[in-house]
Amino acid sequence: MHVQTYAPMFMLFVAATAIATLFFTLATVLGPSKPSAEKSLPFECGSDSDGAQHVRLSVKFYLTAILFVVFDIESVFVYPWAIQFRSLGWMGLASMMGFLLVILVGLVYAWKKGALEWET
Amino acid sequence: MPNYILYAIPKILIMVGFLFNVGGILTWVDRRQSAMIQDRVGPNRAVIKIGKFELRLWGLLHPAADGVKFFFKEDFMPPKADKLLFSLAPILAMIPVLCLVAVIPFGDTVCPDALIQTVGNVTQLPNIARSGLCTFDPRTGLQPIDLQIVSLDIGLLFVFAMAGQGIVSAAISGWSSDNKFSLMGALRASSQMVSYEVTLGLSVVGALMIYGTLRLGDMVRWQSEHAWGIFVQPVAFFIFFAALVAESKRIPFDLPEAESELVSGYFTEYSGMKFGMFYFAEYMEIVTSSMLVVTVFLGGWGLPFVHRDGITIAFGEGMLAQLPLPHLVVTVFGVLAFFIKTLTLCWIQTFVRWSLPRFRYDQLMGLCWKVLLPVSLANIFVTGVVWLLLDMAPPFVGNMLQLVGDATQGFVAVLVTFLVGSAVFGLFRSRTKDPRIIGASAELVRSAGKSPQSPMQA
Repeated sequence: MHVQTYAPMFMLFVAATAIATLFFTLATVLGPSKPSAEKSLPFECGSDSDGAQHVRLSVKFYLTAILFVVFDIESVFVYPWAIQFRSLGWMGLASMMGFLLVILVGLVYAWKKGALEWET
Repeated sequence: MPNYILYAIPKILIMVGFLFNVGGILTWVDRRQSAMIQDRVGPNRAVIKIGKFELRLWGLLHPAADGVKFFFKEDFMPPKADKLLFSLAPILAMIPVLCLVAVIPFGDTVCPDALIQTVGNVTQLPNIARSGLCTFDPRTGLQPIDLQIVSLDIGLLFVFAMAGQGIVSAAISGWSSDNKFSLMGALRASSQMVSYEVTLGLSVVGALMIYGTLRLGDMVRWQSEHAWGIFVQPVAFFIFFAALVAESKRIPFDLPEAESELVSGYFTEYSGMKFGMFYFAEYMEIVTSSMLVVTVFLGGWGLPFVHRDGITIAFGEGMLAQLPLPHLVVTVFGVLAFFIKTLTLCWIQTFVRWSLPRFRYDQLMGLCWKVLLPVSLANIFVTGVVWLLLDMAPPFVGNMLQLVGDATQGFVAVLVTFLVGSAVFGLFRSRTKDPRIIGASAELVRSAGKSPQSPMQA
């Protein structure tokens, strides 16, 4: 039963991998290769570059990643409830709203703390 | 070979073939349409010459020419790049997009028995239930065929899982390129995509509460019986669509590859077909996201008033007209409807690209976390309360709702007829060429008291 369900998916996965690998291999094999010192420089609009290792990045990206983990896991919890929502009735709605409220408090906290501000 | 493998091959060919062809043609649509909007000529150089005969097809050969060119361009890798990750990124960009179509249904379940009956005698109408169940004939032993590569119970979750893989490819391509612009583009891309993934996941919850299933085929069936998702959950539709456009990183959300700031973002250092793979994956993403919106909110393969046993125009209890149709015809109608809806939505996405300016990064993130996220949470709450109240309501409310649902089907039918009619009328109407419309620059030249010189100013 499981084989019947998942065999076509496996076939599609193999086909997708084959297509992507074929594109990749053809590009490597068919194209010419003439490396030069100029070409090897990172393309940053002509100004000299010392590579990407020394870039300092905004901590906002890190905060966004943390917030994503919280809210994405939240949505995973909401999904099974949404499917069974009608059989769970008012009690289920009240429980889920309690859960969402806790998360919402987290969002408001992050908002007030300035984690969602990008101007500064 | 077992039946389920035999049936899977044509389905995979249809879906992957559709993705590849439409993805290619969309690159042309994007360029040609931008030319029309910006008053330019657009792509017209690619040509097939046979003697004196020249085949240009309004530049339609350009996608093919581009593809060939990509393969024969130098495949360049920066010497300081992380070789493995740099090579892996374009492959990882393409695979998930192709796998995503596995769970998308492009037609209603086919009953082989009913098909055989209609092939034997076209005028005889098969005995087929409207409910979506096949009358299984043990003598032929043919099982019903889902027009869907895999019918998973967790269909929509699978879609999100595959859509989420795009972040990996963007992140590692920027990280491994050894280029500041690439790294910044990758950070912007991953940050934007994870943010909008939250919104994407939560916006659709309202619709899931109503459908009560994650199987995409069952969602379409619910919509055919009641009303399209866009009428039941309009707020969810708009948030979902916006989040999907943001996920595919297109204008107005194309900050990761903002040309004026970051060259072309995380794939700046890629050349030849490796760049082509990112580029192509982006266009295929447009197609898959359109398919997803069509399935969840625009009725999938469903057409207004077309049921499995034929056309029945009815509002509530009042039946207006009925026309039984053979199973084959209904199936073909459904498949065509799905693909035409998908193409229309693809066209809307390319159209949006040339109509809107780009956001600023703080606006982009603000829109996601401060507007769309709270609104989708509120949508869950409102949907829950309204739906539970409706469950408690007396039966006549249910009948009223059914009537309203049928009215939306009628509305869609009238609207589509009107739009198609006016499009045909517009195409065949003889147009007098107004020079002001052809060239705004001609206007400028004339106002300066000169006569237009170049063909562009004519």
